[in-house]
Amino acid sequence: MSTAHTRTPDTKPMVRDRTALWLFLGYVVLVAFAFIYLYPFLVQLTTSFKTNTDAVSNPLSLVPDPFTTSAFGELARRDFPLWFTNSVVVTLLVTAGRVFLCSLAGYALARIKFRGRSAIFTAILAVMAVPGVVLLIPKFLMLNYLGIYNTYPALVLPLLVDAAGVFIMKQFFESIPESVEEAARIDGASTFRIFWSVVLPMSRPALITLTILSFQGSWNELPHFIVASQDSDLFTLTKGVATLTSGQLGSGSQYPITMAAALLMTIPVAIVFFVFQKYLVRGGTSGAVKG
Amino acid sequence: MRGAQSIRQGQARAGWLFVLPTLVLLGLFLAVPVLMALWVSFTDWNGRGSPFASGIGFVGPDNYRELVGKDGGLTRSDFMTSLRNNFYYVLLVVPLQTAFALFLALVLNQRMLKAVGFFRTAFYFPSVVSSVAISLVFLFLFSGGGVVNSMLDAIGVDGPTWFNDSRGLLHLAGDGLGLWNASEPPSALADGGMLGLTWWQWLAGPSVALSVIIMLVVWTTTGTFMLMFMAALQDLPLDVEEAARIDGAGRWGVFRNVTLPHLRPTMLLVTTLGLIGTWQVFDQVYVMTQGGPGKTTLTPAFLSYSYALENQKWGVAAAMAFILFLIIFAMASLQRWIFRDKDALELKRQERRTTKARAAAGSAA
Repeated sequence: MSTAHTRTPDTKPMVRDRTALWLFLGYVVLVAFAFIYLYPFLVQLTTSFKTNTDAVSNPLSLVPDPFTTSAFGELARRDFPLWFTNSVVVTLLVTAGRVFLCSLAGYALARIKFRGRSAIFTAILAVMAVPGVVLLIPKFLMLNYLGIYNTYPALVLPLLVDAAGVFIMKQFFESIPESVEEAARIDGASTFRIFWSVVLPMSRPALITLTILSFQGSWNELPHFIVASQDSDLFTLTKGVATLTSGQLGSGSQYPITMAAALLMTIPVAIVFFVFQKYLVRGGTSGAVKG
Repeated sequence: MRGAQSIRQGQARAGWLFVLPTLVLLGLFLAVPVLMALWVSFTDWNGRGSPFASGIGFVGPDNYRELVGKDGGLTRSDFMTSLRNNFYYVLLVVPLQTAFALFLALVLNQRMLKAVGFFRTAFYFPSVVSSVAISLVFLFLFSGGGVVNSMLDAIGVDGPTWFNDSRGLLHLAGDGLGLWNASEPPSALADGGMLGLTWWQWLAGPSVALSVIIMLVVWTTTGTFMLMFMAALQDLPLDVEEAARIDGAGRWGVFRNVTLPHLRPTMLLVTTLGLIGTWQVFDQVYVMTQGGPGKTTLTPAFLSYSYALENQKWGVAAAMAFILFLIIFAMASLQRWIFRDKDALELKRQERRTTKARAAAGSAA
């Protein structure tokens, strides 16, 4: 004990120096990684305002010379506005549907006592475990069988429910104290009434998380739209923009146009991300992960 | 009494009503379609008409045999190529994304570090951006005269034409080490082989083109997994770490004996999610390479899609999807087993250590 005491005065500065050194190294690492993470987005942003020659001959430069918005004009002349509209419509429908249906099901599984509940929950867990890519062909088969392949409902209906969403909502509803609902039940409110006017208003954080996850998921979805339609009127942003690399523009060397398209399709998600970051950070670790 | 019963009945009805839409949609677009696809995988359906019409030929396990059987032709070698590519892809992506995620989480977890929020946001942001947008950006970054090659040029390295380069990294490495001449593969490897590919082809490693997709995916997914590690690290009580430090453990010792064991469940989660995700790579291949160059970025998911929707070979394509499903399932189970086994072993070892220590203490007393 006494030796430790006498040692403290001269070891402390060294420890502090070491901590400072580690901190410094930490910053060096973080700044290097931040460069790797931010630079591609800066390139994307600035290249979309370049001319094609400038983009090809000065790829490293972050200053467009000359500055031009012709890439955006070109996109506006093509089908881009149509893709954007389709994406907005599909995303809104899917998000609204998912939030409503997942909360309904999640509430029933968390709170309502009925026979078959645990079996349903097990089934939903099993569904969550099925890898999505394996479902591409099955989905096409069903859409084809129902005769809705190549229609708007084909884009929306299969995305309307999400087992992971049901799971998230169930977990949340289980954390709400039951006494609140009991009071309403004694007053004679119906189950739906209790769900709608008592439970949902208390569930803002979970609802926001689910809204964001659904928005981001359906906005970024690609494989489902590939198998659900081939009509170019039904192209969403992801599917339409993917054609820019090969189809419409030839060899795909029109970098300012592709960068402008990538930028425009990133902006809505970016806004949602920065506004609701704390919900997304929380949900991202509980929900699905993209590969 | 009657009232209570009717309430219970009302509850049961409400419960079913609440889950009904979800059940119907999941059944309609998930459960039943999987069964339909299972049927199709045993037929020679060509995409015309209904796969359940009477004229559709039932071919038994022929489609599966064509993929993994003895005398499969081009289909088998395509499928094996895609499995090879995806295997190398998984082998690199999963460890890299896990290591980077853990590393960044540890760096960000340092006390006294400022601007944690900024860095966390920067690293996580790519995870929420569309894979199509990111693929386009990487197509530009890694184009022949693009950003990456210009940077390499600045330090005197002649960069490859990334997306046209089908050379395998292991072939190149062996060539560089003088093990073989990549343009004239050793006959021992080039003559023999299995399942439609020569040993030389099996041992190619990821191609240069595939390695761009590997970099892209590691870059995008690291942020998500970093968040998971950060959450787990925050659960680790600071005093545990401090106690270990006071006991004289060095930084490395604390990491190995305190932090790492604490992170084991997260590690299992991260690697499982990584494994499941990486066997499904599709978007990036679809946008960036369509399987080329030289089929070196073909993946089972993309191959299955292109056989079905582009070549109308639905039976074989469905069979591929089911084999892929089995692979993912087997990998995830295997990995769970490995982790669990180690846990049990560790527990046993600890028990033995404590009994030994106790015995020693007992005898000392």
